[in-house]
Amino acid sequence: MSLLAVTVIGHDRPGIIADVTAGLAELGFNLEDSSMTRLRGHFAMTLLCAGDHPAEDVERALAPIGADGSLLISVWSVPPEPEPEPTGPGYLLSVHGGDRPGIVSAVTRVLAQAGGNITDLTTRLSGDLYVLLAEADLPDDVYVADLAARLAATGRELGVTVALRRQDADVL
Amino acid sequence: MSLFDWTERDLGVPGHVLPVLRTPDPMLSGRSDPVDPADPKVVQLAADLVATMRASPGCVGLAASQVGVALQVFCVDVSGHVKARTAHGVFVLCNAEVLAASQVEKGREGCLSVPDLTGDVRRAARLSVAGVLPGRADQLTLQTDAFEARAVQHELDHCAGMLFLDRVAGAHAVYPRRRYL
Repeated sequence: MSLLAVTVIGHDRPGIIADVTAGLAELGFNLEDSSMTRLRGHFAMTLLCAGDHPAEDVERALAPIGADGSLLISVWSVPPEPEPEPTGPGYLLSVHGGDRPGIVSAVTRVLAQAGGNITDLTTRLSGDLYVLLAEADLPDDVYVADLAARLAATGRELGVTVALRRQDADVL
Repeated sequence: MSLFDWTERDLGVPGHVLPVLRTPDPMLSGRSDPVDPADPKVVQLAADLVATMRASPGCVGLAASQVGVALQVFCVDVSGHVKARTAHGVFVLCNAEVLAASQVEKGREGCLSVPDLTGDVRRAARLSVAGVLPGRADQLTLQTDAFEARAVQHELDHCAGMLFLDRVAGAHAVYPRRRYL
């Protein structure tokens, strides 16, 4: 049993997910995790699946789905990763302001230098407005107020608003 | 006088529709200053805010910073909104501050200053706020809930230089606006 990562990106149309997962099912693969969205109108999907065929065979089997050149389908073998240790409440980094090159790299660099690990991220460009939202885990020894001040200072240099705050836990 | 009875006619001056700033205008990220509610300029500002809110379909609140005035004044009117429980009709508050807030709930918000996006934000669904009506001197207490509480907290954020984008609930909590009311 091996774990494969499948990425599919390209022109969106109805039926891509049905086609790709049918190809995997025919080879006996089990879907273990998946994420799909549209990025500026492009179909973009990543999924992890477990089965008994090598990556090359699976890529060959899925190739007809993108044979017209509209979809790029890649398959490769990945090692199993341990489930992440449960951590304390996560943090949410929000950035918004005028669009310019380098916002994401500058802000996420500050977070990375503090040992912060981004676990989910989306960005949106709406007219002149650029919005970045990132969920992050921080090491226990990080002084959050100090990190928030460094992030805000980086934001001021870029002319954008940066906020770091604790994510509220869901009340069930 | 009860806030339920107040309308913009009590201001005694006609309001003018003002242009609304949009992000990334830096004015929207600055803190607003307290005002003298009795100042005729503040009364005129209040009338202009209500007129601008009325002229903007679907708008349930507007803060002075959104029309380029860094003063702690905002208007709200959630009358008839499907998510509203308590609704005081139209009102304008100066120098408002939260006295008590509880029962946090997540809900979708939009903003005239962020016209193409909406977001899920956690806000108190029970709220008590102190503030002063324009043209008056006495402080009143507004007790409200649900959607009106959300609208008031959204406007209080504007007065503090914050947008709903600063408060959204997660990395996937901002959405393209699907329709314009």
